[in-house]
Amino acid sequence: MKLMEGKRALIMGVANKRSIAWGIAKALHRAGAELAFTYQGERLEQMVKKLVEEEMPGSLCIPCDVTSDDDIQNAFGTIREKWGRLDTLVHAIAFAKGEDLEGPFVETSRDGYALAHDISSYSLVAVANAAKPLMTEGGSIITITYMGAERVIPNYKVMGVAKAALETNVKYMAYELGADNIRVNAISAGPIRTLAAKGVKDFNQILHIIEEKAPLRRTTDVAEVADTALFLASDMSRGVTGEVIHVDSGYNIMGM
Amino acid sequence: MADTLERVQRIIVDHLGVDPSEVTPEASIKDDLGADSLAVMDLIMELEDEFQMEISDEQAEKINTVGDVVNYIESRS
Repeated sequence: MKLMEGKRALIMGVANKRSIAWGIAKALHRAGAELAFTYQGERLEQMVKKLVEEEMPGSLCIPCDVTSDDDIQNAFGTIREKWGRLDTLVHAIAFAKGEDLEGPFVETSRDGYALAHDISSYSLVAVANAAKPLMTEGGSIITITYMGAERVIPNYKVMGVAKAALETNVKYMAYELGADNIRVNAISAGPIRTLAAKGVKDFNQILHIIEEKAPLRRTTDVAEVADTALFLASDMSRGVTGEVIHVDSGYNIMGM
Repeated sequence: MADTLERVQRIIVDHLGVDPSEVTPEASIKDDLGADSLAVMDLIMELEDEFQMEISDEQAEKINTVGDVVNYIESRS
């Protein structure tokens, strides 16, 4: 029997074929999971539907802008109606305004700070709360973070601060939801050339540093993160919750 | 030159869902073809893959029209 046979997973945050969320979707799909996807806005609707049609026809595609409580309620309402139960939730959503990633962090506007935290951190709390009543047989919630939450990555700025909040969300939620056998974990992925990463200034240079300095002497690829997500989604990780697992070629252990 | 233009046009049509006839060298990617900032970044990444090159942020900012893209790629190959 495959690892995810009979399990139902909702994937939030596919932007294109390079997305970490899409890589995770493919890994869960191969392992036998039934999938649903959410998208935000028309452009992403086209992109997600096209990918799903090509590789996983029949999967549900549901609109959900995570800044809207109504959207979240409707999206999980659709899941309840179509599936009645949810086993895995993959949250791979983050956003900061371009101007807040360009200027000094100390000049971040109140709005920009709030927006980055709303979309990148609070959204996990909101969707987990919506998912909880559907995870009737326990569940696994997985989010994606980055080392910029723990240490200074000069161009990561407000996103690093939002990811720090996200990682702490994981711990508090793991504690509370553990009573219902719902596990909450994060994967701290090494830099990967995704659409979101391209918003970070001089991203290509960061990749070169990793290739040179990381213990494994290579950058992280999406499949590596996806396989760890499969582990976290499956019963293989049944004893693991509240954890931030680094999938980063070991780069986080380095002092310089 | 013609070959580069054709490849660039194909990528733009595919990614922005615009009609091939709109993708002229003079067309502005943002203003005429309706790409938002995320779509532009998406496009830059496709171009980097297609032409196996790195396009720096600084260069990416200077690109406005379809012709700019073609000229930049030609100047680098």
